[in-house]
Amino acid sequence: MPLRQYQPTTTMIKILKYSFYDLMRSRWSYVYFLFYLLLGFVLLFLNNELSKAVITLMNVIIVLVPLIGTIFGVMYYYNSKEFTELLLAQPIKRSSIFLGQYFGVAGSLTVSLVLGLGIPFTLYGLFQSNAIWDFSLLLLTGAFLTLIFTAVAFNIALANENKIKGFGYAVLAWLFLAVIYDGLFLMSLIVFEEYPLDNLSLIATMFNPIDLSRTLILLKLDISALLGYTGAIFKQFFGTNLGLLMSIFMLFLWTVIPVWRLGYVAKRKDF
Amino acid sequence: MIQVESLHKRFGKNVVLAGLELDIHQGGIFAILGPNGSGKTTLIKTLLGMVIPNKGSITVMDSPVRNKWKYRQDINYLPQIANFPGNLRVKELIAMIKDIRQKPSNEQKLIGLFGLEPFLDKKLSNLSGGTKQKVNIVLTFMFDSPLIILDEPTNGLDPLALIRLKELIFEEKAKGKTFLITSHIMQFVEEVSDQIVYLLEGKIYFKGSISELKTKTGQSNFEHAIAAISTHNNHD
Repeated sequence: MPLRQYQPTTTMIKILKYSFYDLMRSRWSYVYFLFYLLLGFVLLFLNNELSKAVITLMNVIIVLVPLIGTIFGVMYYYNSKEFTELLLAQPIKRSSIFLGQYFGVAGSLTVSLVLGLGIPFTLYGLFQSNAIWDFSLLLLTGAFLTLIFTAVAFNIALANENKIKGFGYAVLAWLFLAVIYDGLFLMSLIVFEEYPLDNLSLIATMFNPIDLSRTLILLKLDISALLGYTGAIFKQFFGTNLGLLMSIFMLFLWTVIPVWRLGYVAKRKDF
Repeated sequence: MIQVESLHKRFGKNVVLAGLELDIHQGGIFAILGPNGSGKTTLIKTLLGMVIPNKGSITVMDSPVRNKWKYRQDINYLPQIANFPGNLRVKELIAMIKDIRQKPSNEQKLIGLFGLEPFLDKKLSNLSGGTKQKVNIVLTFMFDSPLIILDEPTNGLDPLALIRLKELIFEEKAKGKTFLITSHIMQFVEEVSDQIVYLLEGKIYFKGSISELKTKTGQSNFEHAIAAISTHNNHD
């Protein structure tokens, strides 16, 4: 009998490797990497202080990372359709194909983010400063947001044969979580201002990964005093270790559920 | 080798397979024929597990197909349209499939047979349709598997490549392999196939040898026999 390897995990790693190399070879990964590299240097040059640069950076990351994850996720799924069809006829488990591709995309985006920002900040003396924890948390949430939004994008693409529709829905999903959600949240706070809304706002924050990341970083940076009374309530919760763990757990759930659904849907689809 | 029992498949309202029954024994070349939209490709894709049937069961080499993937290790499949990731080179694609299959392969011989050496370093997006089909054939035949499924293998091939393909098919058949072939080129089907499986409206309408088909339809010409079997049905 010839040597045969049947382990699904090793095949998944192989698919991941090919997708990762494929993306690392594409121009867009470099553009993304260079963008962060440039952003890091410019911010450090303008702010002259690590902790301030971290705050500015947060505002950029919170919005941009999900957008890039969404767009790359959808584009990669549709562009690799032929590759997928080729793989489907091979002795590979379906979930290995899709999870391999997903982790290939999300992985290469995360590498671009971490290296692109890590290099300028390290050169500026990050390891000697106390901003290192804030910065690490920033990169951690950035990585989570990449994983989350790429997974959401893959889910949307898998459900839509039509590229334009899939692209539209994915961008809408991003727009909703990045902009509209906050608007609705604010409006509800104004409408129901007579009622105690502390717990409601805590919960609403938990259900949006972008808000969750923003709150997490702001409170870690200890500028919650700027947020007034609600800030104090948030600080009480998020500022504690329990709050931190709880938030990271929620981000983890936000990652695991779409990834699980990806495998589940892929198993039942016709190609 | 392949057992298909009361296979049903719908895409939305469109019924493609309606209780199809098929039994194929090991060895020989089976041509799957039928008018456009009769469910040939869907049947092949259900065998490969790419399309999931609504009802019915499929067994390939004693292994049920549903939600399984290991059985595909024993199938070589040539897809109908040779669409490959465009930014890969021919060499890299072959290496990748070898890496995934982890089976001994004889791609060097096939590359020589189809004269693909000058294209090995070219990107797949820059190849002509016929050259892509040759790459497709190399990828399909380079592994030693008992079941070989070819969906429109003659697409875009030049006469020399077509002769090589036929030689290759006969060579593999002599080793006791089973082929499922779909094609619209009746001359090719007549030359290579032992058995005809004729699909109509999602069912097997006829299964037997070419001479049986000619007797049944009362035609001496194969192409006319195939045409007759489709029109015959219209009068029923």
